[in-house]
Amino acid sequence: MLQKTIPLDLPGSHDDHGASNTVLGFWVYLMTDCIIFASLFAVFAVMGHQFAGGPTGKDVFELPLVMLETAILLVSSITFGFGMLAAHKGKSTALLAWLGVTFLLGVVFIGLEIHEFSTLLAQGYGPDRSAFLSAFFTLVATHGLHVAVGLIWMVVLAVQVIGNKKITQRDLTRLTCLSLFWHFLDIVWICVFTFVYLTSVV
Amino acid sequence: MANAHSIDTGAGHGSVRSYVIGFVLSVVLTAAAFGLVMQQVFGPTESIIAIAMLAFIQILVHLVFFLHMNTSSSQRWNLLSLASAVLVAVILIGGTLWVLHNVGAHMMSR
Repeated sequence: MLQKTIPLDLPGSHDDHGASNTVLGFWVYLMTDCIIFASLFAVFAVMGHQFAGGPTGKDVFELPLVMLETAILLVSSITFGFGMLAAHKGKSTALLAWLGVTFLLGVVFIGLEIHEFSTLLAQGYGPDRSAFLSAFFTLVATHGLHVAVGLIWMVVLAVQVIGNKKITQRDLTRLTCLSLFWHFLDIVWICVFTFVYLTSVV
Repeated sequence: MANAHSIDTGAGHGSVRSYVIGFVLSVVLTAAAFGLVMQQVFGPTESIIAIAMLAFIQILVHLVFFLHMNTSSSQRWNLLSLASAVLVAVILIGGTLWVLHNVGAHMMSR
């Protein structure tokens, strides 16, 4: 195992093949993450109607807020995409600017989610209230946690690009992995707003 | 990993054009889903079917225009791993709902 990984970590050995294997490996990780989310969606599908006399989705979900979160995440997907286009052209200033915009959008998204959760908790509608709310908090918070990790990762990569002065092949590989991660989270969010929020409200 | 030519595995660059097309399509599909529910265009069952279809289409749009997936040979392994993950997810979600629906019916808990 160790011998296989060492060549990839040596500076200068990042040929295209090594980079492509890294990206494929990360993609396979994302697919396992996809299965984690699938199981959480399965839990929500089963528990989503067990209110234990507590509030239903219709009572607690605010669609305008969800719509705003959706819009922010969607815009952040395209701004990250523009950042990647800049990175492939070697324009580090443009890359950092787009990463900055994406980061701010991500922070606003997390802020809105914290606002939503704290409002629910203040009303006594925490995850301990009913099976529906347990499943809801677990699923949506897992997604939010992923977004938060993506934001930390974004800062780390931005610092590396600033430190390197220019975008290296290694930076590009790492940025590609993060872009897959970020777009993947947006796809998970499509399922969240469709199958958690909208189906609970119809 | 016999395909030595898989230099761009999962790392298609896309273009401004592809991102903008994907973005516009996503905005339309998202607005349609929220509009259907908020304006109560259909009854509950029809609405759920409609928004599920919209979500499916939007996932495809994201995969093609944001993640740059395609059927080229360089992406074979990405597509295969995606297909296997989708298969597992379908079995997981479908199986769970099926089994627990039957449990509910037999226990007469609903």
